[in-house]
Amino acid sequence: MLPAGERKLALWNMGVAYTAFLIGTLAGLLQVFIRNDALELPAWLDYYQILTAHGVLLALIFTTFFIFAFFISGMSKSIGAFGPKVLLWNWIGFLVMLAGTILATVMIVIGEASVLYTFYAPLMANPWYYVGLALFVIGSWIMGFALVGHYMKWRKVNRGELSPLFAFMTVTTIVLWVIACLGVVATVLFQYIPWAFGWVDTINVELSRTLFWYFGHPLVYFWLLPAYMAWYTVVPKILGVPVFSDSLARLAFILFILFSIPVGFHHQLMEPGISDFWKFLQVVLTFMVILPSLMTAFSMFANFERAGRKNGGKGLFGWFTKLPWKDLRFTSIFIAMAFFIPGGAGGIINASFQLNEIVHNTLWIVGHFHITVGTPVAMTFMGLTYWLIPYLTGRKFSNTMKKLGFIQIGLWSVGMLLMSTAQHILGLLGAPRRTAYSGYNGHESALEWFDGILTNHVTMAVGGSILFLSAMLLLYIVIMSAFVSPKAVEPHEFVEFPLAESDKRATPKILENWWLWIGIAFLLIIIAYAIPIAQMIQHAPPGSRGFITW
Amino acid sequence: MHLHKYEKIWLVFGTVCLIAFLSIVGVNAFAHDHTPAGGIHTIDPEKVRETAPFNEPGVKQLDDDTYQAAIVASAFAYDGGETLEVPVGKEIIFKITSTDVVHSFTIDNTNVNMMVVPGQVTTKAYTFKEPGTYLIICNEYCGTGHHFMYTEIEVTE
Ligand code: HEM
Ligand SMILES: [Cu+2]
Ligand SMILES: [Cu+2]
Repeated sequence: MLPAGERKLALWNMGVAYTAFLIGTLAGLLQVFIRNDALELPAWLDYYQILTAHGVLLALIFTTFFIFAFFISGMSKSIGAFGPKVLLWNWIGFLVMLAGTILATVMIVIGEASVLYTFYAPLMANPWYYVGLALFVIGSWIMGFALVGHYMKWRKVNRGELSPLFAFMTVTTIVLWVIACLGVVATVLFQYIPWAFGWVDTINVELSRTLFWYFGHPLVYFWLLPAYMAWYTVVPKILGVPVFSDSLARLAFILFILFSIPVGFHHQLMEPGISDFWKFLQVVLTFMVILPSLMTAFSMFANFERAGRKNGGKGLFGWFTKLPWKDLRFTSIFIAMAFFIPGGAGGIINASFQLNEIVHNTLWIVGHFHITVGTPVAMTFMGLTYWLIPYLTGRKFSNTMKKLGFIQIGLWSVGMLLMSTAQHILGLLGAPRRTAYSGYNGHESALEWFDGILTNHVTMAVGGSILFLSAMLLLYIVIMSAFVSPKAVEPHEFVEFPLAESDKRATPKILENWWLWIGIAFLLIIIAYAIPIAQMIQHAPPGSRGFITW
Repeated sequence: MHLHKYEKIWLVFGTVCLIAFLSIVGVNAFAHDHTPAGGIHTIDPEKVRETAPFNEPGVKQLDDDTYQAAIVASAFAYDGGETLEVPVGKEIIFKITSTDVVHSFTIDNTNVNMMVVPGQVTTKAYTFKEPGTYLIICNEYCGTGHHFMYTEIEVTE
């Protein structure tokens, strides 16, 4: 068991994560019904207010707090107990993040910030919304640096040694996060806050969009890499095999630092202000992350096959049936991975320069991130939650809970399949995202979108309701394992943190040479961004005043 | 660093796919001129109504085969002159800008899907293949009226 300090810290992070999850999924449920005109909101509540809450609370708050709970537990488990300083800074970071979260949420709830989680200028929210977001990022940096400090201490004591895989991956993810946030911090601190408080009159819109997306894409890797960490380090342990290849895993993570940041233009392919050449360059760089993704897929399936054969699986695919399907910890993550296959393929479509024209800002995109973040990432987190909370609280995880867990992931899969398939097809037909759908005055071609077998008004709502049911079941399990389930007494009743052995004898030392990789990352960023950003500043149009259009 | 034999095959396969995808996209873009909406013309967002071509929004014939449609987007409507009417089979150059927040100009059943950013002029050339009435919608969130922001374009023989 971990020391009490880390357990408390991780549990608090988890608590905030699941509170956000509760409100966020409730918003999701309302959305599917409002879009179908099945529900009318009271005058003080607006669709876009709810959508902002949904995006912020699920995509930013739930993920980030959960990720830190996982990091804290795993770092303490893999490289040892935190010192008092590391603990203190983690708490400070947590409180700053929490303060930012509360501030931003209050602004959303009182209707002062219906600008969605992308807060594109010149929509102008209450300045305190931006302050809240800034505090949230700063808090995450403080926690991140505290964890890096813990890691550096380990390195000092174990000079010349490669760090354990979990710690290495945590540091990679934090490095990625800090570099990525530079963009959003720059725009929020130097553009949005002065402008929203009225210290300057106008804002350079195109520049703010570019700085936002410099951050916005690596943001998705900040969600994804912790899930990959579980796939690389936790799953093999559950399967009873060692990590497939330590060096491969580390290389994949390094490649994510290099190729997830200089690619933000692929979110801006349809807009002016950036010349085709620079857009295309970033499309090329975007495609590079296909390589580490394929590497990850390979090692996952290699592990599955190894484990299946070890358990007596014969023939080409016999090993598949021998996987531990009865183990909730495994099955949840397996389904999460399975969703990532169409998710990744959809991502290639989105990034494909011209193909993006077909799907940009349609419901396809919403379908896409529900089968990337909303399922592979979220369901991996659910799979981790089942054992992480009992592990942290020292409570039992009973058979009833396991059964409920299976129902929960089953419902989530079915709900998501329905909802995201409908969204993908609707998007291809042309239905836009981010609308309290109104039917465009009953326009014929708008009505046609909803004529299909899967794309009618009911399917998305049924999918969304099943998802919400699943979310409530999950929260029940969370509350039970946090507060109610009986304490474990016998040694076998204690839940373990499954962390696989990883053989690093063949791993090249250069993979842990941070300055080298951070240096190359900055070089790529400069190549991809320096000239277009300089142009945006030099050839800037007169800036925009703020608008409150909600 | 040790790599498994199958893994090498897998990575070579991946790399080849990557090169193939990117070549297709690249050739399409730069040899066949299939590039998405864009442009690097700036404009004062406060003076849109005084700046050509947006001082006279609407459709204008440039030469035998080319037309220009100048459109002003603002919360929550498009101004494209009296009626937006263009001929089928001719190249239409859409030019559009915003007087307030970010919008989009998305024509249903076509691949015209352009972001409209204040301070910038977005350009996209498109040739309609079928006559008819096309629905145009805003698919970038622009405020409470976002889902009411639409218009139509008449494509005639
Ligand atoms: C009960 C489960 C859920 C339901 C019913 C649901 C439903 C929806 C719907 C209908 C939309 C589209 C709204 C629109 O474009 O008008 C949406 C957007 C979104 N969802 Fe979910 N969702 C759920 C869970 C999640 C989860 C777990 C995540 C991420 C961890 C997530 C992240 C997002 C994001 C980022 C958006 C885009 C918000 C925006 O456009 O600003 N959702 N969701
Ligand atoms: Cu609009
Ligand atoms: Cu709009």
